[in-house]
Amino acid sequence: MSSTVAGRRTSLSGELLRWSCLLYLGIVLVFPLGGVVVKAVSAGPSKIWAEVTNPFAWHAIMLSLGTAVVMVLISVFTGTATAWVLARYEFPGKGLVNALVDLPFAVPTIVTGLMLVALFGPTSTLGVVLSGFGTPVIYEQSGIVLALLFVCFPFVVRSVQPVLENLDPAEEEAAATMGASRWMIFRRVTLPALFPSIVSGAGLSFSRALGEFGSVVMVAGNRPMSTKTAPLYVYGEVEGFNMEGALAVSLVLLTCSLLSMIAASKWAERQG
Amino acid sequence: MKPSPALQNTMTWPQRFLIAAVLSWFGLLIFGPAVALARRAFAPGMGAFFEALTDPDAIQALLLTAKITLVVTISNTIFGIGMAVVLVRQRFWGRRIVDGLLDLPFAVSPVIAGLMLIILYGPKSEIGSRLESIGFPIVYHLPGMILAGMFVTLPLVVRSVAPILEEIGSDQEDVASTLGADWWTTFRRITLPTIRWGVAYGAALVVARSLGEFGALLVVSGNIIGRTQTATLYVHDQIESFQPHGAYVMSIVLATVSFCILVGLETVQNRVRQREYGAETNEDDQGAVRQMRRH
Repeated sequence: MSSTVAGRRTSLSGELLRWSCLLYLGIVLVFPLGGVVVKAVSAGPSKIWAEVTNPFAWHAIMLSLGTAVVMVLISVFTGTATAWVLARYEFPGKGLVNALVDLPFAVPTIVTGLMLVALFGPTSTLGVVLSGFGTPVIYEQSGIVLALLFVCFPFVVRSVQPVLENLDPAEEEAAATMGASRWMIFRRVTLPALFPSIVSGAGLSFSRALGEFGSVVMVAGNRPMSTKTAPLYVYGEVEGFNMEGALAVSLVLLTCSLLSMIAASKWAERQG
Repeated sequence: MKPSPALQNTMTWPQRFLIAAVLSWFGLLIFGPAVALARRAFAPGMGAFFEALTDPDAIQALLLTAKITLVVTISNTIFGIGMAVVLVRQRFWGRRIVDGLLDLPFAVSPVIAGLMLIILYGPKSEIGSRLESIGFPIVYHLPGMILAGMFVTLPLVVRSVAPILEEIGSDQEDVASTLGADWWTTFRRITLPTIRWGVAYGAALVVARSLGEFGALLVVSGNIIGRTQTATLYVHDQIESFQPHGAYVMSIVLATVSFCILVGLETVQNRVRQREYGAETNEDDQGAVRQMRRH
């Protein structure tokens, strides 16, 4: 296929369209990305490294990675269970649940944060009860996990659900006729078929969780060395005009989230 | 939706337990917080609700959000259609790189998006200071906020239009141009009618995403009340200044609009499936839909 499909006459307008699109892409995305790279190179690797290993920055990065991992571990179970229940069973309220699964993608993140504070925060009944048990959630690290669970809820569900719905029942039935128990069928037949979609959902969740800002701002309390995640740290450094510090942590975050996204999709591709 | 008696009979206790567990988790994590927010917003009564809603700062913020959303949606929709046509119909050096770069905003934290824009277009940068000296400041002003909106919503229209373009192929377009139609006529009469639901879907996603954008806007806006404050920044500001009711009311407005867009998207999605591809959904379509749903 040559440079355009429709032949000579459209080729000039085709070129024009391509270059205007690329220019737009450049102004909005590529040039800012290039600017970051130039800035990082001019600051020098030792300066960047020093900023990353500064205890406050390091703690923020580790907190982001840690909360994201905990969220993914929980989300993999709840997401698969939700997809399973939605795909296999009929129950009252199923339509509503199915429609509301995507709600976290639609609701602005800052509103998400506010919602969680409204239900679990210190001024709510539930929040008071939780504090009474000595396990307050909001303004603690567990609150960050809660916010990430909300924000990333649809990823695993929506990646597993279609696979479950399109699964050929013949294999499960064959296993059942051979006398396998329900649990055995799930573990040996169904789960291996679902596994790639679970991993891809987990990868997307992890990548999204690393960068989450709006909801975490509301629930985290923003205490350095305690509840300040990497995106919050970046924001703080920008406000304090420490661009190198912000840049250094951004580079780490960006690398981790790109890698997890690519790894999950490559892995799912290889399995699928 | 009531389960049939036959189904209920076949359900074992572990299955019922699983359903109950999923429903409780869903209720606690998703449904409960939404209801709690609504209760807080309406608790002081409808009078107070409308008073908070018609607060001049709140109205200013909503207008600014509307303005940014409008510009971002129009410009990213035009770009998205063009970029999708270029990616699917043209072969050129670097095409795969462009294709990969387009997904980058999905992986970038909104705060980092804002930081990128400040580094390149901020008042201390080469480009930013030049533009400011000719009276066109970007960061901490409206153009910077529009740019931030464009950045975070960049892939949405491309990713909802490109799969459809690939699906339909270029046969009809080729026929039209063989019959003597110029490229604009071909596009307007052949291509656009086929991709229109994809465009609508992508554009709706852009609207929802730019209405709710917060992190990138927080970084690039000076956050001065009335001037560069959007609806989401207003929510943040009200909380910071211990006026939670204003934040709850504005949040309910934002959440309701987003929810309506979500419901509208489901409708569009069903139409795309039924009208364009026939009743049967194919793998690519589902992949595209899943891709769209990511953000």
